[in-house]
Amino acid sequence: MYVATKGGEQAIGAAHAWLDEIRRGDPAQPAIDVAQIEDQLGLAVDRVMAEGSCHDRGLAALAVKQARGDLIEAAFLLRAYRTTLPRFGASAPLDTARMAIRRRISATYKDLPGGQVLGPTFDYTHRLLDFRLAAGDAVPPPAPTAMPDPAPSPRVTELLAREGLMQREVDAGAEPGDLTRAPLAFPADRPLRLQALARGDEGFLLGLGYSTQRGYGNNHPFVGEIRVGDVAVEFTPPELGFPVEIGEIGVTECQMVNQFTGSRTEPPQFTRGYGLVFGHAERKAMSMALVDRSLRAGELGEDTTAPAQDQEFVLYHCDNVEATGFVEHLKLPHYVDFQSELENVRTMRETALKAAGE
Amino acid sequence: MTGTTQAPSPPTGGRGSGEGGTRDPGYNFAYLDESTKRMIRRAILKAVAIPGHQVPFGSREMPLPYGWGTGGIQVTAAILGPADVLKVIDQGADDTTNAVSIRAFFRRVAGVATTERTAEATVIQTRHRIPERALHEDQVLVYQVPIPEPLMRLEPRIAETKRLHAMADYGLMHVKLYEDIARHGHIATSYNYPVMVNGRYLMSPSPIPAFDNPKMDRMPALQLFGAGREKRIYAVPPYTPVRSLDFEDHPFRPIRAQHPCTLCGSTDSYLDEVLTDDVGGRIFVCSDTDWCGERQQAKAAVE
Amino acid sequence: MAETRFPGFADPVLDAQAGFRAVLEAMSRPGRVRRVPAPPEVPPGLSPAAAAVLLALVDADTRLRIAAGAEAEAWVRFHCGCPVVAEGADFVLDPAAALLSLEAGTEEEPERGATLLLEVAALAEAPGWVLTGPGIRARHRLRVEGAPAGFLADWAASRARFPRGVDVILCAGDRIAALPRSVRIEEG
Repeated sequence: MYVATKGGEQAIGAAHAWLDEIRRGDPAQPAIDVAQIEDQLGLAVDRVMAEGSCHDRGLAALAVKQARGDLIEAAFLLRAYRTTLPRFGASAPLDTARMAIRRRISATYKDLPGGQVLGPTFDYTHRLLDFRLAAGDAVPPPAPTAMPDPAPSPRVTELLAREGLMQREVDAGAEPGDLTRAPLAFPADRPLRLQALARGDEGFLLGLGYSTQRGYGNNHPFVGEIRVGDVAVEFTPPELGFPVEIGEIGVTECQMVNQFTGSRTEPPQFTRGYGLVFGHAERKAMSMALVDRSLRAGELGEDTTAPAQDQEFVLYHCDNVEATGFVEHLKLPHYVDFQSELENVRTMRETALKAAGE
Repeated sequence: MTGTTQAPSPPTGGRGSGEGGTRDPGYNFAYLDESTKRMIRRAILKAVAIPGHQVPFGSREMPLPYGWGTGGIQVTAAILGPADVLKVIDQGADDTTNAVSIRAFFRRVAGVATTERTAEATVIQTRHRIPERALHEDQVLVYQVPIPEPLMRLEPRIAETKRLHAMADYGLMHVKLYEDIARHGHIATSYNYPVMVNGRYLMSPSPIPAFDNPKMDRMPALQLFGAGREKRIYAVPPYTPVRSLDFEDHPFRPIRAQHPCTLCGSTDSYLDEVLTDDVGGRIFVCSDTDWCGERQQAKAAVE
Repeated sequence: MAETRFPGFADPVLDAQAGFRAVLEAMSRPGRVRRVPAPPEVPPGLSPAAAAVLLALVDADTRLRIAAGAEAEAWVRFHCGCPVVAEGADFVLDPAAALLSLEAGTEEEPERGATLLLEVAALAEAPGWVLTGPGIRARHRLRVEGAPAGFLADWAASRARFPRGVDVILCAGDRIAALPRSVRIEEG
């Protein structure tokens, strides 16, 4: 006689025990240290911080380890942790003009105040597998150092704006919304859009940004500037009434300069696409800047025909924690729905076959 | 400020099975912090006051994935008290893996009593089914909802569907159902069958089989719906009229496999089809495991 | 920050849950009278029921319009940390508040309609008003002593705006009853 399967709880327990075992791997191998991940897989950690929307390198490294290197799973772990944290308030806006710069490049000027600083980059490396890394990875000789340029590094977009060639961003003065507290409503204003993009999936934004270059909502972009480094975070405790520095975070900022032919109210000028991402994440910051600009099409009076210009399409689908949950939920049992579909299709087949026979 | 948020120890991903009755002191009661609960509670009250209307809420990331019941879990966490008895079902069954996982989550973070018996539960969280046993006034049914917007398949833009709800303009859905009839001779929607609530709002009943739709109509229990990823909560208050959309000449007819349950003999419950071999052997058993178990026990007692 | 000598809930987590469930029950079954867990002592100007509802539902994310005396206002500012406003409030506890002048939401976002807390002298499940609508099997009877003059006429006018509207929580002593905007009220 048929007996329904029972013991879901035991099966789940056993599956998790297996997961623990396989995560640790061969016990003959040394376990990876969280500090090693934080240090040597730093770009994975950066991506998890950005998409997990929580700046904590140690926790992000722990999440990478726990997730067996699955970075979307790691971002999810960090997000779920983030929501349990108490909120003390909002920091002052970051001043990236005062960034301690590790890397700073502009594609629009050959040279500029503050100079071009290449920093640690994959650019110009030849993508040849380096078999020395598999054979021990000896400590490389220290990289040459130079005295930092004492001249300030003004942002390229600011230099253009002083000439009136770059549209100024106006602080509306209103308290920006918070998409972690209230759901998006459309049309979403730019602060909310940037929040969503900053935690959005790198791959999704990369694809969308790429699509704008291939004619799906062309923005004529130039990299005005990319800068990578540490910026101070300031917070004004209500009891003090003045801002105090509470730490530094590493960020990547990209400002794209885009042509704009003008509208009835605005003269021809350049407009800005903006990207700001936790950690060192140039690809993400650039993609974000491209998509930010394409999402401004409506307010700049341009046609909105391409996917990257469609707020609802972009913002509802860029979050990989939401996306992965819903895609993967298809693994859950659906046999009740499937059963009703089975009966439905059987009925429709009967009707159709009968009609064909007549 | 008394925003009694506590910083719990880092969650471990919600796995493992907590023991009933002992609450993990590392978390606030029912996991959510108090300000999140208040936000959800306010949304629930407005949802009850406007039956069938989707109220946006600041859905949080939960330690379970979006699409796996985070909306239902947040609603349950916001209403649950220590005196509640919780039942969780998925596909009608208490022992499906995700139901087991969610039940274990609440045992761990709220320490509430859990049950598999529909009659004993005060809060029932469900995915895809309404229990066969009629619910009573002292119960709350919490649905996990993947897509709260009944019009989404026809109009994916939320800004647009909001406008249609505001004007109670449901022509799109009527046209869709009518096209079904023109093509197939009947309405081809067999689950997630749209309903009108109190004659005003078109509502998704969540992907329950259409067979269950009539149970929603004038149900004595409060029905709450949580969609975590889509960040919407809606409700059907007790005894509220819920009508499955149909046409006079094509009345709503719920579908059920035309078999008795192999285990309990029930001829009026919703059935799962179970394949018993690879040459077409199959049996049909109740999808509601508690209902089926009770009937089997009653039969055994008589014999 | 405001100071008050009056306490909040004895158990902030579980009393808030019980208070909310009482409101949920009341809102789901309009006209049914429910007891709420009151704080040990309440400031003058507030019934224990109104105090419990405020503690359970109001916080820094809700705007409150309140006219219940200085002590009540100091208490609510301290325990709920909510902004106190004159207009556009989410929650209103002001005997002078006119139902039809409060925030009623929009056709697209009717949930923005305010919640009005109304202090009355007594509540009983007894003849007085006859309630029908969602949440009610046939009809509920509710006797409200001390409702504002002209309330039923205002209610009928407010209800005509559905789905826009205002939801009311009646408070008397440590008891509440609720009138969601969907409910129809007649005398009898």
